[in-house]
Amino acid sequence: MNTDRVGYKYRIGKNIGFQALITALACGCVVPLIFILVYILKAGITKINWHFLTNLPKPVGESGGGIANALVGSIIIIAIASVIAIPFGILCGIYLSENKKSKLAYWSRLCIDILQGVPSIVIGIVAYFWLVKPLGGFSGISGSVALAIMMLPIIVRSTEETLLLLPDSLREAAFALGMPFHRVILKVIIPCGISGILSGVMLSVARIAGETAPLLFTAFGNPYLSTNIFKPMQTLPLLIFNYATSPYNDWHDLAWGASCILLIWVLLLNIFTKLITRKWKVQL
Amino acid sequence: MSSTIDNNLITRPEQNLGRVISSITAPVSKVTTTKRLKRSYRHIRAENVFRRTLVIVGLATIVLVLGILLTLVVQSMLSIKASGLSYVWGHVWDPVRDIFGAYPFMLGTLLTSFLALIISIPFSFAVGVFLGEYHPQGWFSNLLKNTVELIAAVPSVIYGFWGLAVLVPIVRSFESKIGVDPVGLGIFTSSLILAIMIIPYAASLGRSMIQMVPSNLKEAAYSLGATRWEVIRSVVFPYTRSGLFAGVLLSLGRALGETMAVTMVIGNTSLIPKSIFSPGNTMASVIANEFTEADHPVYLSALIELGLVLFVVTVIINMIGKRLIKGFTN
Repeated sequence: MNTDRVGYKYRIGKNIGFQALITALACGCVVPLIFILVYILKAGITKINWHFLTNLPKPVGESGGGIANALVGSIIIIAIASVIAIPFGILCGIYLSENKKSKLAYWSRLCIDILQGVPSIVIGIVAYFWLVKPLGGFSGISGSVALAIMMLPIIVRSTEETLLLLPDSLREAAFALGMPFHRVILKVIIPCGISGILSGVMLSVARIAGETAPLLFTAFGNPYLSTNIFKPMQTLPLLIFNYATSPYNDWHDLAWGASCILLIWVLLLNIFTKLITRKWKVQL
Repeated sequence: MSSTIDNNLITRPEQNLGRVISSITAPVSKVTTTKRLKRSYRHIRAENVFRRTLVIVGLATIVLVLGILLTLVVQSMLSIKASGLSYVWGHVWDPVRDIFGAYPFMLGTLLTSFLALIISIPFSFAVGVFLGEYHPQGWFSNLLKNTVELIAAVPSVIYGFWGLAVLVPIVRSFESKIGVDPVGLGIFTSSLILAIMIIPYAASLGRSMIQMVPSNLKEAAYSLGATRWEVIRSVVFPYTRSGLFAGVLLSLGRALGETMAVTMVIGNTSLIPKSIFSPGNTMASVIANEFTEADHPVYLSALIELGLVLFVVTVIINMIGKRLIKGFTN
């Protein structure tokens, strides 16, 4: 009797202890994120002003300067990457969801899986040999291609999974009206699944916005403002990497400001995506 | 122009009535028939073009991945021929004398990744259990879930910069306390950063796996008088074992390929790390640092071979992980 009571209490105590441990650990892993966010925002927000956004970085020894070249370069490179990856990714997603059992679709799906796991630096190497070497020098366009390859699996996956969730009756109803295949897809299936597709696109943009590794040997970086996509270009992550590892305090300040802008940009994209999907899921 | 002939019939009955009457009273005018025929032909053509485009796109993904593999293999051929197997076991990486042994970097990669895994697994499993078993719903779990997912959204270069500015001084003072060289940069620091970065991967997978445990299994255990911890230990964990392991594998694949954050805080030396506090290099960080400086073909090729090894290893790990997930969900 007595030993039973002890064992019983011991088990209950263990249960409570475990629950406390789990709760503590689960909440504990949020702490570093909050630290990082607060630190970067605090260090960066004071550096951001109009001058910072519209000027070029100053050479070593002069204080001030801005990151206009990196902002312009980032936007151009991401825009071109999106133009390449979004149509391709959505079409591939459609193909995979329409042909669930074919051999080609199986291999294609496998390749998308592989692509998702490829380290970003490896994609940088490949883009170097595909574009930088043939074109004879570092260029913004090669950076865009590298980033497009990174975007692809995310868009394909989200498109495929969204379209698979749609009921077959939608498709069948459209076919019954005598619509041709491409119209069924483009006018019925895609509009129904647009929320999922769009969230995948936005997530992929958010992911590549902060990618540095594939740009190291493709876009390379450029201290001046350049809008020529066949010349080296500066982007925000590259600027942060180059200036953060430099020994100069003025450059560190630039890097903090740039980190702050990049962080706000990426987080806003992520949160916005969440809100969109939630809103549209409620309506569906 | 509306989409099909049938649509016309439905949407514009008055017009069609005339047409129908005229078709009864008089032979169908040749003009309308050819028009309709042309339209159907156009649709069929467009349909075929669309189908063909889809197949081409599907093929293109395969070509893309094969192209990546082929490029890496072809470009690293020079180094494979020059170094052979000594590439894997060689302890010296000296580009000036053309000696390329990647052992220090492979060791560095394995050390950082596994150390990061060991640090992050308790946290990510805790998040998985917390969200999957204890509190599947509610505003707090929603907040926690979204916050943990945000960890994966922060760009790695920002982790690196933060690590350089905040973590390195902390680790340096810690190192001087325990009596090793107070460098700050090194394998331990990069493992810490990596551990933070890979928490969400195992956590979100673990959560969805734990939620899939059938409730009748759990209820059976409860009815036998088991406490919640006993249910988790002897029902939930055994049931989700392969899924949790897959989450660990995906985290590992992520940690192996992570470049920027590690490059910024690992210290970048080609020497074999003596302890977990000494500076080193990982495969990815070597490529990032030396690729643009590689001045002769063999050197470049040796770096690409590192990329090839990285590619093959991460692909294998990810494939095993995906297989496990698939086996679990089926």
